[in-house]
Amino acid sequence: MRRSLAILSLILSLAVPIAAPARESLTIGLSQYPVTLNPLIESMLAKTYVLAFVHRPITAYDPSWTLVCLLCETLPTLENGLARIETLPGGKKGIAVTYALKADARWGDGTPVSSADVAFTWTVGRHPRSGVSNSELFNRITRVEILDARRFTLHFDRVTFDYNAINDLRLLPAHIERPRFEAAPESYRTQTAYEQDSTNPGLYNGPYRIAGLERGSHILLVRNPHWSGPRPGFDRIQIRTIENSAAMEAHLLSGGVDMIAGELGLPLEQALALEKRQGSRFTFITRPGLVYEHLDVNLSSPILADRRVRRALLAALDRDGLTRQLFDGRQPVAATMVPQLDWVFAEDVPAAKYDPAAASALLDEAGWRSGPGGIRVNAQGDKLALELLTTAGNRSRELVAQVIQAQWRKVGIDLKLRTEPPRVMFGDTVSQRKFPHLAMFAWYSAPESVPRSTLHSTLIPTAANNWAGQNYPGYASPKMDALLDAIEIETDRPRRKALWRDLQRLYAEDLPALPLYFRADPFILPKGMSGLSPTGHQDPSPYWVEQWRWD
Amino acid sequence: MALGLIRPVVSRLGQSALVLLAMSFVVYGLMGLMPGDPIDLMIAGDPRLTAADALRLKALYGLDRPWIERWLGWLTQALQGEFGYSRLYALPVAAAMLPAIANTALLMVSALTLSLAIAIPLGLWAARKPGSAADILVNLLAFASVSVPVFWLGLMLIVLFSVSLGWLPAGGLNTIGGPDSLGDRLAHLALPVSTLALAGLGQFARHMRAAMIVESGRDYIRTARAKGCSPVRVLLRHQLRNALLPVVTIVALEIGGLFSGALVTETVFAWPGMGRLIYASVMGNDFNLALSGLLLATAMTLVGSVLADLAYWQLDPRVRGR
Repeated sequence: MRRSLAILSLILSLAVPIAAPARESLTIGLSQYPVTLNPLIESMLAKTYVLAFVHRPITAYDPSWTLVCLLCETLPTLENGLARIETLPGGKKGIAVTYALKADARWGDGTPVSSADVAFTWTVGRHPRSGVSNSELFNRITRVEILDARRFTLHFDRVTFDYNAINDLRLLPAHIERPRFEAAPESYRTQTAYEQDSTNPGLYNGPYRIAGLERGSHILLVRNPHWSGPRPGFDRIQIRTIENSAAMEAHLLSGGVDMIAGELGLPLEQALALEKRQGSRFTFITRPGLVYEHLDVNLSSPILADRRVRRALLAALDRDGLTRQLFDGRQPVAATMVPQLDWVFAEDVPAAKYDPAAASALLDEAGWRSGPGGIRVNAQGDKLALELLTTAGNRSRELVAQVIQAQWRKVGIDLKLRTEPPRVMFGDTVSQRKFPHLAMFAWYSAPESVPRSTLHSTLIPTAANNWAGQNYPGYASPKMDALLDAIEIETDRPRRKALWRDLQRLYAEDLPALPLYFRADPFILPKGMSGLSPTGHQDPSPYWVEQWRWD
Repeated sequence: MALGLIRPVVSRLGQSALVLLAMSFVVYGLMGLMPGDPIDLMIAGDPRLTAADALRLKALYGLDRPWIERWLGWLTQALQGEFGYSRLYALPVAAAMLPAIANTALLMVSALTLSLAIAIPLGLWAARKPGSAADILVNLLAFASVSVPVFWLGLMLIVLFSVSLGWLPAGGLNTIGGPDSLGDRLAHLALPVSTLALAGLGQFARHMRAAMIVESGRDYIRTARAKGCSPVRVLLRHQLRNALLPVVTIVALEIGGLFSGALVTETVFAWPGMGRLIYASVMGNDFNLALSGLLLATAMTLVGSVLADLAYWQLDPRVRGR
C-alpha cells in the first residue's frame, strides 16, 4: 500500500489536471461516512462534521476558541445576571442558567426552534434506554424551566466554570421526534426520523439541509430556505466519502472533489507532499489545534514508576527536530497537554529541552549504568528495555516511533516497537492498561477541557469500574486530584488561570505522559475560495459555512 | 429436470444449510472473541462517558450477555426471518444491505461479464497454436492480469482516465445532485468495472487455454474431424463445450463474490458496495450486519456450487447418464 502510494504520488506529480470546480456548488472529500445523523446518538467526528452544515448547537467554541452563541441571543454569565448560583434542596450549590433562543431560528420546515424542543431533548437525553451515548450533561441538568416559547432556564446540580457551555445539548425537533420517541423510547435510536426520514427538512436548523444521501457514498446538502442568517455562498454542497487517502488525492486532482476537509481528510505528510507539487493550484491551510500526541506511560512498570527515568526519556527526545524533519515544523512541540492557543496555557511552565547529557545523568542517578552493547543495566543486571505500542497503519506515528527509538538508543535505552490495529489497541490493550511501558496516541478535546478523565485517580480504568476513565497511566496524585476538583468549580477566571498554571507545572514535573506535539490538520481548498477558518478543536469549521465564499 | 438430479440437489442444499449454521456460529464466535466491543471503543473515544454510561449502553445493545447466548437469540430470530437491526446504521439489516447488494451486484456482474467476454476468446486464440506469438502474448497478458495488484491498477486507471485525460469520473456511483442518467451511471461504472475485469480475465483466459489444449488431443476431436465436421463446428460444438467445464466451475465459485463485493476496488473508487459494508460492520462490531453479509456471501457460494453441478449436468452427457 505504501509503495503504491509513493508510486501514485510520483505519477500524480506528472499528471496534468483537467477539471475546474463549478462555482454554484462545492464538493468536499471526507474520509469517513457518518453512521447515524441523530445529533445525540453515537459520537463520531464524521457525524459532527456533516451535521455542522445543517444543525446548529445552542453554544459552541469559535475559531478563536471563545465560547459563543450560535442558536441563542446572549451568552448567559454570572456577570450579566443570566446565570445565578442557587441553593438546591439539601443545601448543595447549583446554578440556574437562562438562555433565549434566536427569534428567527427555524427548522427547515418553517417551525420555530422553541423551548419545547429544549425540554424534549433533555427528556430524551436523560432516558436510560434512548441510546444517547453521552448522558453526562443531561444528568447534570436537574430541571428545565420553560419561561416562554424562546426562553428557558436550565438548573444544574453543581456549579462549574463552564456552566454556560451547552454544546452537547443538540436540539431535536420535538414536532417530528416526540411521537417516535414516546411510542417506544427503547427503540428510539432506530426509529428516529434522522434514520428513517433523513431528508425531512424539519430535522435541520442550519444554513443547509440534507436533500439526498447514498449511505456510505455521499450526502447532498441544499440551502435551507428558512435559514435567517447570512446567505451561504454555495447553492449546493456535496460531501463525498473516500476512505483511501491516495484515492482522495486522485479525486482532488481529477476534479471529483473540490476541497478536502481538514477534520477528516489527508494525513499531514501526504498533504505536505501534495503542496510541494500542486501548491499553485490549491490553497493549503494547516492549523495546529487540540489534538495532543503523546506517550502514555504505564506507571505500574517498576522502571517507569521512577520519575527520574521519565524525565530522562523526555530530555533524550529532540522533539523540535522531529517535528521539523517529519512535519515541516507545522506541529508545535507540546510542553504539557495544554496548547499555546488555549487561554489557560501557562507561559512560565518550562518545556523540557533536548539535553542528552542531562538524560544520561538522570539515568545514572536512577541506577541505570552503561552496560554491554551500549544498553544501560541496573544493579541486578537487568537491561533498560522498554516497549512502545502504537496504532498500526498510521504512517506518521510509525515514523515518529522509529525516530524515538533511534534517539533513545543514543542514551542507552533499548526500545522495542509494537503496533496494533486501533480497535485492538483502544478496545483492549490501552483501555485495560495492558501495555507494558509506553503507548503513543492522541487526545482530542475542547478548549479549556479539564483533564479529569485522564488524570484523576478515581478514573484509572479497572474491572471494578467497568474500564471507564482514561487515566491509562494509572496516575494517582492527591495534589493533581485537588487541582482538578478545584478548577472545575472555580468560576473566577484569574483564579482559575492560576490553578491551571499549577496543574501544568505538576504535569510537567510528574510526567504521567510524555508530551510530543499538537497535531495540525491540513485543509486543501480550491484557489478562489475564502472564509474557511479551521478551528483546531472539536467544533468543526462548517459551523461557520455561511462565511465560505468564492472570491 | 430429471428425477435423478433431484436427490443430489436436495442433498447438496441440506449440506449447505448445515454449512451456513456452522458458519454463523464460527463468525459470531470470532467476532465475539475480538478485543473490545463497540461500547469499549466509544468509551476510549469520548472521555466524558462514565462507567454508568458504559453499563447502560452495554445492556441496551445486549453486549452484557455471553456471545453464545446472543448467537442463540440471533439464530432463533433468523429462523423466523428476522435478522435484526444494524447497530451502525440504525436500520433493519435488510434495509442496510439492499442498496449495497444492488451496487455490488451491478459492479461485479458487469465486471465478470466483461472479463469472460474478453478472456474466453483470448483463451481460444492462444490455444489454437500453443507456443505461437499469439499464445505468448495471451500468456503474458494473463500473468500480468493475475499479478498486478488491484489497488495499483485502479489508481493507475484513475490517474490516466480521470486526472490526465479527464474523460471519466474518478469514483462514486453517480454525479451527486446531477441528472440521474444512464450515461452518467455508465461513466461512473467504467473504471471500477474495467479494473475488476482486467484483474479477473487472466485466470479465465489461462483456464480456457489449458482446457482447450487438453481437449484438442482427445479421441472424440479426431473422430469429429475424421467424420468431416468443419473446423468451426469441431471447435464450438465439441471442443469448447467440454473445455468450458472447468471455466464453469470457476465462474460458479465467483458467484459468492458477486454478493460479498470487492473491498479494495470499492475503497479506491468510493463505491458503496458489500465489501465496504461487511468490512465496516466487522470493524464496528455490528454483529447482525456482519453476520448477515458474510452468510449471504457463503450462501451464494454454495448456490454457485449447486449451479455448477447443474451446468455440468447440462453440458456433459456423461454426468446425465450417471
